[in-house]
Amino acid sequence: MNVLNSIIEQLINGLRTGSIYALIALGYTMVYGIAKMINFAHGDIIMVGAYILYVFVSLLHIPAIPAVLLTTMACAVLGVVIEKVAYKPLRKAQPLAVLITAIGVSFFLQNIIQLIFGATPIPFGSIIKIPAITLGSITISGITLVTLIVTTICMVSLTLFINKTKAGRAMRAVSEDKGAAELMGINVNGTISLTFFIGSALAAIAGILFICQYEALKPTLGALPGIKAFVAAVLGGIGSIPGAMLGGILLGVIESLSKAYISTQLSDAIVFGVLVLVLLVKPTGLLGKQRKEKV
Amino acid sequence: MKKKFLSVLLVAAMTASLLAGCGSTADTGSADAGAADTATADAASEPATTEAGASDGGTFLIGGIGPLTGAAASYGLSVKQGAEVAIQEINEAGGVKVGDVTYTFAMQFEDDQATEDKAIQAYNTLMDQKINALLGTVTSGACLAIVDLTAEDGILQITPSGSAQDCAKNPNAFRICFTDPLQGVTMADYAVKDLGYKKIAVIFNNSDEYSTGIKDAFEAQVAANGGEIVASESFVKDDVDFNTQLTSIKGTDAEVIFVPAYYNDANYITKQAKDLGMSLPFLGSDGWDGVLGAVTDPTTVEGAVFLSPFFAAEDSELVKNFVSAYETAYGATPDQFAADAYDGVYVFKAAMEKAGSIESAAMIEAMPQITIDGLTGSGMSFTPEGEPNKGAKFITITNGEYTMK
Repeated sequence: MNVLNSIIEQLINGLRTGSIYALIALGYTMVYGIAKMINFAHGDIIMVGAYILYVFVSLLHIPAIPAVLLTTMACAVLGVVIEKVAYKPLRKAQPLAVLITAIGVSFFLQNIIQLIFGATPIPFGSIIKIPAITLGSITISGITLVTLIVTTICMVSLTLFINKTKAGRAMRAVSEDKGAAELMGINVNGTISLTFFIGSALAAIAGILFICQYEALKPTLGALPGIKAFVAAVLGGIGSIPGAMLGGILLGVIESLSKAYISTQLSDAIVFGVLVLVLLVKPTGLLGKQRKEKV
Repeated sequence: MKKKFLSVLLVAAMTASLLAGCGSTADTGSADAGAADTATADAASEPATTEAGASDGGTFLIGGIGPLTGAAASYGLSVKQGAEVAIQEINEAGGVKVGDVTYTFAMQFEDDQATEDKAIQAYNTLMDQKINALLGTVTSGACLAIVDLTAEDGILQITPSGSAQDCAKNPNAFRICFTDPLQGVTMADYAVKDLGYKKIAVIFNNSDEYSTGIKDAFEAQVAANGGEIVASESFVKDDVDFNTQLTSIKGTDAEVIFVPAYYNDANYITKQAKDLGMSLPFLGSDGWDGVLGAVTDPTTVEGAVFLSPFFAAEDSELVKNFVSAYETAYGATPDQFAADAYDGVYVFKAAMEKAGSIESAAMIEAMPQITIDGLTGSGMSFTPEGEPNKGAKFITITNGEYTMK
């Protein structure tokens, strides 16, 4: 019984980290699907989101819910601005130039935050104050519940948005064929901006959940979740939205279970080993579609 | 044509840099005079040393290395400030008389962000400044990166808080704090013999010598005392999620969790343990000092016990004076790192006086013969191997305050 409880609790741990990875991976995968670029600054949007929340809540004393909304908006706008300033001029450049620019933006964000707030971690109490619930002998913390609920809502609404709305259809069209979409009268630039807007808003939500979980701000806090989420996006099939969700959750669960039952030291090696295996068998990722190169 | 011009330019640049090289060599030659100038400038208010010249006054330049930024910044700042308090005290009391020369202390402190490569850079910067002795580094990992360099240079090195066994392995290196294995053994004795715990879980940082050093000795000593390690969970540097490790421990019948790690890790671990509904008490190593400044909710560390060589509220004249001087200067209560650094500066003073010289070789020779009454232990002395002889204090967190048993 004890073993079973422990397994269930480890699964819940995995689901929680996994759903945060999934939320971040969505941003990677959407941007890749539409702009065909890896936005390496995406992880740092999480960090900026956490700091913006800190500024709103601790320094400006804005109540939690408006602060969360403002943070999400601010990050979404930041994402659009980054796209306009750093990536749009390079739309016709080679992929390598865009990739390096993205890494540059990542460093820029980290260093600007370090300049403003310093490198010393800042303690920041969670804004989510929900007590843990106990089911039998299983305890689920309040933040875990909130994380699972919020990420589910985000994923469901994103799926509905992509599949049921006109803007969503435009996004799918641009991702399929930019030129043809433009000929059909779709505003490609607007659609790309919208993608960055949504992706960055999701990153901000991930950042808020992250900081409520770990309660310490530092300029590099987005780096590791960013990389893990990128791996999740590739694992699920980059460009595929259900793939990013599946990849994120799978990654979190594998990580948690291998930490718990195989070795804490080997868990990262196992996670990346799974990635290598999946890519060997299915190079487009779990749910990635094979697309023929058009000539 | 353009290429030719470019190559001429390059040659010119190279010649210039060569000449610049010569220039700096010449500068190094006259560095002693430079040092004497600094001495005059520093001690301008001291009537005894207003007349320049190395014969009747000089500066003993202490090089300090420690993290001033980054995750371990609190340790480095404490060391820097603790040393500054001691330096000011000694200078105000008239400096250190060695033979017929009176020296005043000065310190240059370099940031290493607790990383190996920055520590090496910092050390090279300090050696270029012609330091007389090294107070550092603050953290073990960085310290191990430079111990062989300092041994090669033969400079007296005192690490205030570098507790890994090998930090003081070379004959020129000494330490003020306890070694990691000694901490592990002391905590194991305390946990099993004094607190009566039989089943103990450990969470340690597998990528840090400090953490693994304590953990290995702790686990061995617990077993020797008849206790049992029911879970030994590891994590790596920069990990922020400990839910998996804590959940594994939750599935065991552990009575207490020992966390030999720094306070930032301790902060994450204790907070997440509370979130998981765990109420097991925590034991910590001396890296826990400062944890109350990092937690957002002090109840997460309530009842935790950690080992520390220094306690700011201790009822002793020396500690009270130090604490009030420190609070006046920096507006904060000093921690053990500040105390270690303060003692370190006084150890330099004692070694200079004993050796009758400020040469590192002579001071190193004198180190095992000195005894000082420090903040971190009265009658503290050193073995030729570089280890201090002094007692331990156990700090308990009660009602959000540090208290001493």
